[in-house]
Formats: sequence, C-alpha cells, structure tokens
Amino acid sequence: MNMKKWWKSGAPWIWLNAGAISISIIMVFGLLLLILVRGFGTFWPHPVVQTTYQVPATGEQVEMIGELRRSETLTGQALREAGVAIPEDQLLVTRHLFKLGNRDVTGRDFTYFIDDFLGEWRYPRDITVLERREWGDFFGQPVRLLEEGQVIAVGDALWPEFQERLNRSNRLFDELRQIERRDIGNISFRLERVRLDQRRAELRGTLTPELEAEFAARRAALNAEYATLQERLNALRAESRRDALVMRVAGGEEVTVRLDQIVNAWQPNNMSVLAKIGFYVRDFFNFIFGYPREANTEGGIFPAIFGTVVMVLVMSIIVTPFGVLAAIYLREYAKQGVLLKTIRISVYNLAGVPSIVFGVFGLGFFVYVTGGAIDRAFYPEALPAPTFGTPGLFWASLTLALLTLPVVIVSTEEGLARIPSTIRQGSLALGATKGETLWKVVVPLATPAMMTGLILAIARAAGEVAPLMLVGVVKLAPTLPIDGNFPFLHLERKIMHLGFHIYDVGFQSPHAEAAEQLVYATALILVLLIVMLNLTAIMIRNRLREKYRAEGD
Amino acid sequence: MSATPHPPAILGPSLLPNPERRQKLRKTRAFRDGLSRHGVGAAGVGVILALALIFVYLFYETSPLLKPVSMEVATEVTVPGDDDLAPTVHLTLDRFETIGGRFSASGVITFFSADNGRILSRKQVTLPDGATVTAFGRSESRKSLFVYGFSDGSMLPLRVDYEQTFPQGVRVITPMLAFPLGDEPIRVSGGITGNYSALTLVDGRGGYVVAGGTDRGAIAMALFSTRTNMFTGAVEISREDYNLPAIPRPVQQLLVNESLRNLFAIDDQGTLYNFDIIDGNNPRLVEQVDLVPEGVTVTAAEFLVGSRSLIVGGSDGSLSQWFLVRDEETGISHMTRIRGFRAQPGAITFIEPEYSRKGFLAGDATGAVGLHYATSSVSLKQIQVADGPISRIAISPINSRALVKTEDSAALQVLAIDNPHPQTSLSGLWGKVWYEGRGQPEFIWQSSSADDAFESKLSLVPLTIGTLKAALFAMLLATPLAIMGAIYTAYFMSQPMRRIVKPSIELMEALPTVILGFLAGIWLAPYIENNLPILFVGLLLIPFGVLVAGFAWSRLPQNFRNFVPPGWEGALLIPVVIALGWITVTSSPWIELAFFNGSMRQWLTDVGIPYDQRNALIVGLAMGFAVIPTIFSITEDAVFNVPRHLTQGSLALGATPWQTVVGVVLLTASPGIFSAVMIGFGRAVGETMIVLMASGNSPIVNFNLFEGMRTLAANIAVELPETAVGSTHFRVLFLSALVLLVFTFVINTVAEVVRQRLRQRYASL
Repeated sequence: MNMKKWWKSGAPWIWLNAGAISISIIMVFGLLLLILVRGFGTFWPHPVVQTTYQVPATGEQVEMIGELRRSETLTGQALREAGVAIPEDQLLVTRHLFKLGNRDVTGRDFTYFIDDFLGEWRYPRDITVLERREWGDFFGQPVRLLEEGQVIAVGDALWPEFQERLNRSNRLFDELRQIERRDIGNISFRLERVRLDQRRAELRGTLTPELEAEFAARRAALNAEYATLQERLNALRAESRRDALVMRVAGGEEVTVRLDQIVNAWQPNNMSVLAKIGFYVRDFFNFIFGYPREANTEGGIFPAIFGTVVMVLVMSIIVTPFGVLAAIYLREYAKQGVLLKTIRISVYNLAGVPSIVFGVFGLGFFVYVTGGAIDRAFYPEALPAPTFGTPGLFWASLTLALLTLPVVIVSTEEGLARIPSTIRQGSLALGATKGETLWKVVVPLATPAMMTGLILAIARAAGEVAPLMLVGVVKLAPTLPIDGNFPFLHLERKIMHLGFHIYDVGFQSPHAEAAEQLVYATALILVLLIVMLNLTAIMIRNRLREKYRAEGD
Repeated sequence: MSATPHPPAILGPSLLPNPERRQKLRKTRAFRDGLSRHGVGAAGVGVILALALIFVYLFYETSPLLKPVSMEVATEVTVPGDDDLAPTVHLTLDRFETIGGRFSASGVITFFSADNGRILSRKQVTLPDGATVTAFGRSESRKSLFVYGFSDGSMLPLRVDYEQTFPQGVRVITPMLAFPLGDEPIRVSGGITGNYSALTLVDGRGGYVVAGGTDRGAIAMALFSTRTNMFTGAVEISREDYNLPAIPRPVQQLLVNESLRNLFAIDDQGTLYNFDIIDGNNPRLVEQVDLVPEGVTVTAAEFLVGSRSLIVGGSDGSLSQWFLVRDEETGISHMTRIRGFRAQPGAITFIEPEYSRKGFLAGDATGAVGLHYATSSVSLKQIQVADGPISRIAISPINSRALVKTEDSAALQVLAIDNPHPQTSLSGLWGKVWYEGRGQPEFIWQSSSADDAFESKLSLVPLTIGTLKAALFAMLLATPLAIMGAIYTAYFMSQPMRRIVKPSIELMEALPTVILGFLAGIWLAPYIENNLPILFVGLLLIPFGVLVAGFAWSRLPQNFRNFVPPGWEGALLIPVVIALGWITVTSSPWIELAFFNGSMRQWLTDVGIPYDQRNALIVGLAMGFAVIPTIFSITEDAVFNVPRHLTQGSLALGATPWQTVVGVVLLTASPGIFSAVMIGFGRAVGETMIVLMASGNSPIVNFNLFEGMRTLAANIAVELPETAVGSTHFRVLFLSALVLLVFTFVINTVAEVVRQRLRQRYASL
C-alpha cells in the first residue's frame, strides 16, 4: 500500500481518532499517577543532602543542608532574565529546589540552587530533621542535649537519650492538649450555656433573684474548675520546658531547640529501608488522624476528613427520603403527560446547573432567610450573635442535598422503570393495593438503584467545594461538629472540608511551598474516597442489571 | 398446597377473620393506600416546589434592582423658628431622618423634628461685635462642616455632631455644635476685609482648608492643621496661608477637593478657574473652562461625594457632570465635561449630593425637584414640589428622606424617596461607563469599596467576557479530543478495550474539580511558564507523529500486524504518544534557545503580549480536561447507538469504514454530538473552582490566551461572602447567579430535547 492510497482510504483519520483517545487515556491515568506518586511520596523520609554552594553573584562558598524537592532544566537565558548570574556561554542550566527548613534561622525555607555551583553531595548519617510545632522543619546536626541548661549527653549517647526525652515531652504535650482542648473547651461551652440560660430568663421576664443567684453559683463553680485546670496547665508547661537540644545548622551556627517545640525527630540518612517504612506508616497515620498546625500547612487533616464525612452523612439523611419519594411520585403516582415531561426534564437539568448557584441560593435563602427566622424564634437569647443565621454544617448539608437531589431522583426513577411490569401486575392481581404493591414489591426491588443514586450523590457532594465556601465551610474550625456536650451533634457549627482544605492551603496559605506536599496528600485522600465511592456505585449498578436480567427472563 | 392438620370431613372454624375484622382490615388497607398516595404526592410535589424555589428566590432577590424609583411629598411642616425671621442659609437632616437643622442668616441654628416641625433646640453662634452674617459655606455633606462668614471679614467654621444616648433603652439623639478650629472667628488672609461672596471649607488630607472669594475676584485661602498634644490634651492649631491670584470677575462659588490638589473658582458668567494648589507657596492657574454655553450662567455647582466630580447646574435648567481627566501625553489633568443629565424646566437653584454614593437632588426655579444618578447617567425621577423656586434641599445620609424649602413659602416639604439601587440601569451593568478619574468610558468590574466616596464599578461585561473566554478555550481543547475519542471508542474500538476505556474516562467526571484546579494552579501553571514551547511543539508533533506511526504500521508485514487485532490501535498508540510527549518536553529548552532567544515567556513580553502565570491557557487545559468526560460520554452513547443496519448497509455498498463514519454515523448522531457539546459548554460556563484557582481572577476584557480572566461563577465565590446583605453589590451578585442559572438551564434543556428527539429517531429507524 503506498502513501497516497493509504491517505485516501481514510485510515489516517482513524489513526487520529485513535490518537485522541490515547491522549485522553494518558491524561486521565497520568493525572491519577501524578496524584498517587506525589501524595504517597509525601510521607517518605527523604535523604538530606549536605554540600557547599558557591553563590554565583559573589563567588562566596556557603554550606548547605537540605532535602531535594525537585530538579528542572531551563535555558540559561531564562535564568539570566530572572537575575541569576549565569555565564553567557551556558545554554542549559539545571537547578534544584531544596527544602532548607530552619525558617526562623535563615528566613528562606525553599531555595533554588544551580547545579554547576554545588559541591559534592554528601549524606552524613547524623543529620537530623526535627518536625516542630512552629516554624516548620529544622535541619541540622545534634551537638548536645541539655536539661535545665546543663549538658546531659553528647556524641553517641545523645540520640537514644534524646528519643527518650522526646517521648516524655510528647506525653506531656498530649496531656496539655487534652486539658486545653477537651476540659477547658467543655468549661467554656458550659459557661456560655449559663450565660444563654440567664439571658433567656431575662428575655422571658422570669429572672428572679434566686435564679440569678443560682446562675452566679454555677458560674463560680465553673470558674473554680477552670482555675484548677489552669494551675495544672501551668505546672505541665513548666515541666515540659525542661529539656533542650543544641543543633549545629548549615554554616556552623549552633541553635538551641526546646524539646517541647519538637513533634518528631528522625535521621533520614541513618535509617534502614524497614525503618523508613515504619516511619512512613506512622507518618501517614498521623496525617489522617492528626490535627492541623501552623495555618493548616503542617500536621494532619483529621478535622477536614471528619467534617466532610459528617456533612455528607447529614446530607444523605436529608436527600435519600426526599429524592426517593420524589422519584416514586414522578414514576408511579403523577399523571403522565406533557407537564410531567417538562417537570422531569427540568429536574434532570438541575443536575447541570453550576453548583455555585446552589451555594448562592443556600446562602440567601437557607442562611439569611430561614436561619434568620429560626434565630428570632428559638435563639433570641444569643442574638445579635447568630446561631443558625450564619453559615454552618446544617446549611451546607441542606444545600448539597438540594444539589444532589436530581442525581438521586434520576437513579431511583431508572431503577423503578427497570422493574418488569409483570412483577407489578402479579402483585396487583393478587389483590394488593397500589400502595402495598409499591412498598412491599417494587420499592424493595429498586433499593439497589436507590443505593447507587445515593452513592453517586455522596461522591458528588464529597468533591463539591464552590457552594460550600458560601454556606458553612471554613479554613479552621475550632471545634468538631460532634462532641460530648449535649446535643452531641452541633448542626450550627462551621466545619472543615477536604476540598476546601486543598483550596485554602494550596492558594491562601503563607507557606504555599511548604504545604504543597501536604496538599497533594490531601488531594490523594479525596481522590481515593471519591474513586472508591464511584466504583462501589458502578459495581452495585452492574450487579443490579444482571439481577433484573435474570428476574425479567 | 400444604397439608392441613384437620381431616377434610370435619369442617373446622374458618381461617378467615370474621366479617367485622375483615371490614376493619379493609379500611386500614384503604387508609394506608391513601396515605401512601397522598404522602408520596405531597413529598414529590414538595421536592419539585423546592427546586422551583431556586428560580423564584433568585429572581426575588434580584427584582429590587428593577424596581422603579419613587419620590413623593410625604408631609409638610412649617419652617421652625418663627421668632427668627432671618432667611434660611442651609438645611440638614440627620442619619435617622428625624432631626432637621436650619441655619439662618442671623447665626441661629434651629434643630427641629422632621416629622412635625416641633423645635428641639436652638443654638446661637457667637458673632463678632457689631458684625452680621454675610456669607455661608459648607464642606461635603458627609463631613457635616459649615462656615459662617461675617461682615468684618472673619469667619467661623463649625461642625454638627449627633450624639447618641440610650437612656431607658430608647435611642435619643442630641445635636451638638463643635468648633474644630476653636470658637473664636478666624481670618484667612489679611488682604481681604470686606464681605465674602463665596466661602468654602474642606476637611482634607493634612487639615482643614478654608477659602473665601469676594465679588472683586480676590481669593483667600488657608490650611489649618490641628494636632492634639499628647500630654496636655490641648489642641494646637497651625496655619499656612496660600496666596492665590485674583480672577477678573466676581467669585460666585469656590470649591476645594478633598485631596487638596485643586481649587475651583466659578465666576458669575459660568467660567471655572482651575488652580493647582499642591504647592502652597506657589498656587497657579492651570486652565479656564467655560462650564455653560454663551448666554447661560452657572446657578449652582456642587461636588459629588468624594469631591472628584462636579455637578454644574445652569440657568437654562441643564445639569452636567465634570471631573479632572489626565492627559496621558502632558500629564496635566483637565476639567472635562463627562455627561449631561435630563434638563429641568427652570434654572437650577440648588444641588444636594447624596452622602454615600454618586447621586444628587437638584431643585429649580419652577419648583421641580429632580433625582439624578451620575455613574449610570440617569435622571431617575422628577416631581413638582412647589410653585415657587426651590431654595434649599437637605437629604439624609441614608438617602430615603429629604427636606425641601421653597423661597417664599413658610412650609418645608418632606420628601419620601425609595431609591435603593440607582446604579443598576441596563447601561450601567452592560454599557461602557466613564468612571471618575478614568480617561475614557470603560467596562470595569471593581466592587470593593474602601469608603463611601468610592465609585463602585459594576459592569458585568468583563465577567461575562471572562466566562466566555474560559469556556471557549476549554471547549477548544475538549471538543476535538472528546468527539474524536468518542467516535473511535464507539465505532472502531474492540469491545474488551472499550469496556475499560469508557468507565475510566467517565470516572474522571467524578473527580473533584478542586483537585484539577489545584494541579493547574500549583503544578501546571509554573511548569508551562518555564516550558512554553511544549504546547506548540506538542500540537504539531503529536498528530504528525500519530500519522507517521499509523503509516508505519500499515507498512509492517501482515503476519506481524495480525498479532494485534483491529480495534486496538488506541492501545498501540499509547507508547507512541508517550514517546512523542517525552520528545516534546526534552526539546522545549532547545526550541526556546533556537527561536525565542532562550526564553519564550520573555519573548512574548517583548513582542507586546502580556503573560500572566495563571492564564486562559492553563484554565483551558484544566477545564478542558474536566469537560472531556461529559462530551465524551454523551457523544459515545449517540455514536454507539446508531443502528447497526445503517452502517452495515453503507459498508456493504462498498464505502470504506471512514466514509461510513463521515457519511452515515456522524450524520445520524449529529444531534447527539450537538447536545454533548452544549452540555459540555454549560458545564464549562458554570465551573468555579478551576477558574478560581488557575486564572488569577483579574477582571480584564480581552481574549488574550496568556492573560487571566474572572468568570461570573468565580466572582460570586470570591465576593459574595464579603458583601453587605441587601446592598446593590449583593443583588448584582445574585443577578449573576440568576444569569448563570438561566443560561445553563436553557442550554441543558435544548440539549435534552435534542437528545430525546434523537432517541425517538433511533427507535423509529
């Protein structure tokens, strides 16, 4: 076959079409791969490099300790335009982005280094990475361990001793946080309740002097409890400040880091693969179950996962009955005709309406109109501070329920339509009423379809961010929506959300580079969650199809 | 049939319940059936209504924008202060619209109830010995500053403060007089001893400026700066006199803007003298401008809030807006006529600007009062308040009540005004508007306001253009890839491969767009910025490479080709495309060196194409990616469901597979493909997170591939949480949500109807 003939046969077009699908597939899997690699790579203890760098502008030699983030090759011209002194004859330049840590010491956490000016890369085994509660990571070599300013350990004895003392300081910290977060949180919650009770009585005109005295007594008791806790806190704090570690940073300077500032410490160049795997698993676990630190750029994402799950659960509770009932109405009870057809198309089309529109509706109607009315009717004692008249969990769930209603309706209707009419007629022929046929025969058979719809709705809701920014998701919620205080589920509270976390940390945070890996990891968790939900829905649907094929025969 | 325990011969008791219970059971069942019908019906209708409520509510929140303005005389009160027969020089109305203030020519200030005219309090300004009040001037209304000029050439600036107290939980407002420059009269310049024909004072940056002009054309001006001593609490006042050249004709009005850069003097013939007063030691005359045509005089002139725009009323009833426009070449700002308003029947006698936005009330000699708005250049309403000329108008700071005094009447008319959203006329939202301080009319979206004097710029054009731009570039990527891919998948691909490919691409539809946006903004945008050529090289190289690979495959021996069954070309191409991609990426710096002096980004800037890191290209790539599954899925369905006998007929008649695709399949499935593109477009228009994260969000009006944009949806997400409930801005954001809703709804409905038609046609074929 020659070129001309091949061209005329139309085969080139087929190949181009095949190319289009190849590109699409590569994009899809490439994207997933990117998220998987970067997300899972976040927790691996990467080796830390020690080398020298000759500053191009001055020729000065400086020592550098850092973790390689990525490397790239650019034209020398691009860098010259950016103001880096690259020799004129150099065409291509490779540069490496290093994480230097020590944000409080040098002020530069992430820095690019030109490959040609770097000395030999060495990996000294004693380089230690400290994960700190503030100021990000710290890189350096431990010199000596101090207790109340006195040297306790140096040299080989230092590392085991340090680990032990770090465990002690972390235990103290856990206790501290338990008191701060749970016990003091409880007291302030109850104090606020006393204030509201008193205000309510005042508004109703039932505030007698006895009642007032009772409130005062309750308040005094809580304050006394608070004072005891505060004392304990102070004692713990003083104790946790005992130890400190002196580290030698790049350039030779010695910096003292208090142990109560350290979350975790490791020597990545001194770890076996097995130790690294253990570290990886622990780190991953801490990420999922930990609380965020430093404007969400460090620590875990537990509140975001928890918030997402609770919001989606509340949404499911709302959307399932209404979606299913609406579908049953449309399919079984409503009079079929042009009007119903129009309504059906309209309902389906709402699935294609931008989600932000639902957010606008939620903010205007649910939060301001409905929430405002609820506050005036039921929470007058808290006014002017709004209770439900401000974005919160319930409104977020309700907005998402509205957003996902079409998904549930479409799926349930499809399920109902698939039920063979013979089954229906059989039930009616046996004398069952329409309602009995529906609830005892048709609906149970259509349950998997409803499940599919619900799961698809959940998958959509879990990934939706735009409307939530308006109706109740915040970057940092002080409390979880479920806790030990009555009524346990606090529908009016603001929540954190995985998707919003990605947006916020990736785009609004002061240390975007430091947080980048964390965002990849968060994205990974979200993708895994959603892919899992969708695969479940697809599986249920496929099984359902086969089931009806069998029953229809 | 199961065996019964009883022998058939003995008839036991009937297993049926007795008739009474049967009756009851039947009733319960009927009741349950009814309950199910009505319950389900109520729930179903409720859900449908709830969904319909979205339309209703958005429309309801938007509708006040369209509400016509109303202004009418509500009540009439007698001018208070009967025992003070001196003429009224000024009127005020407080923030709660209950307390009016009348400044009389004898130096008496009477505060009265705006509801019934009852006098609340009277204050007498201390006049210098033997002097009388000869002039009166005021600052912008929101500063509440006034100045009395006396016959001995001195003047006394004063301020009205409203003190709020809550005795017994009830709000009580007490008007008070304050003297910011001390309660002794001041003298501005030694040169002038006689009467002032015009007075003004301004509380600007750097202090108070007091200026006076005489009917001989002399102008005196001084800047007073006050400083409170930290230790003693005493106020120290320092002054600086300005020496302004005289103008040839009598000064009728003086105006100094808040920035203390210009002093405008208007003479009795309607000529404006623009003095540059930035340098206090050397004020100079910049230009003379005739504000009105020959034969007409200026009868009233006032700054709008913010003192940037000047509203000029003429003796012919004309009203026009002027402000300084900078000449780009010379750098000098010239007073320029921006727009006119509908003329009133008589000579304009008084102009009262609104406190917090760019509107004003104008009264004329025939007794008509007009309500105008500058930004949207509309005259909203005009009513006849009296028969005689209007002498003074006072509007309240919240713009819903005004007092009007006519020259020869003993009564004050109280106007009720309902004018919440004057800015949102059709031309204000969609037309080019000449905003204050700009060189020409423009489309601008700039809603944030630092203070009341800010002119909010609410043009929906930049947002709409941005939305279309983002959607267009996304469709440019998505449409060809998705449709071509779908045709191949549905028509050529082998079934086992299709079973993997279709769900995996559809799975991408469920991928949260926040992740796509994040990758686009954090990973793709910087990468593309450093490696711009890969896009253009890839665009050429990959299709070409695919064709070469296809041709090469056709030249391979048949035996070898038999290893791969037909319908697996897509899989074969995957390594080819990856290799081509790799070549593209590695060649990027070399291409930059060879053609673009080493940096394509810089090269673009040098040839005059601005480049933002987060731009339409990035948005197009990311959003195109998000739209591909939507278009792919629907197109694939439409192509796959083309009846087999059509294609087989075509093939049997000798058409090649590709001819069949072009001549039969595409033609039959074209409505489905159309609706796929429509639905994809609808999705691209409403997508929020990708645009928010990858576009830079600057509301610019162009279609440059390398600049960002701001879309309607992203704009809502950015601005709605921060806007004041019920404000014009709030309602305009609701309007943009409504526009999005209606637009996508219509697109989806059209697409759905087309699809249903197609389904019917397939069924009939």
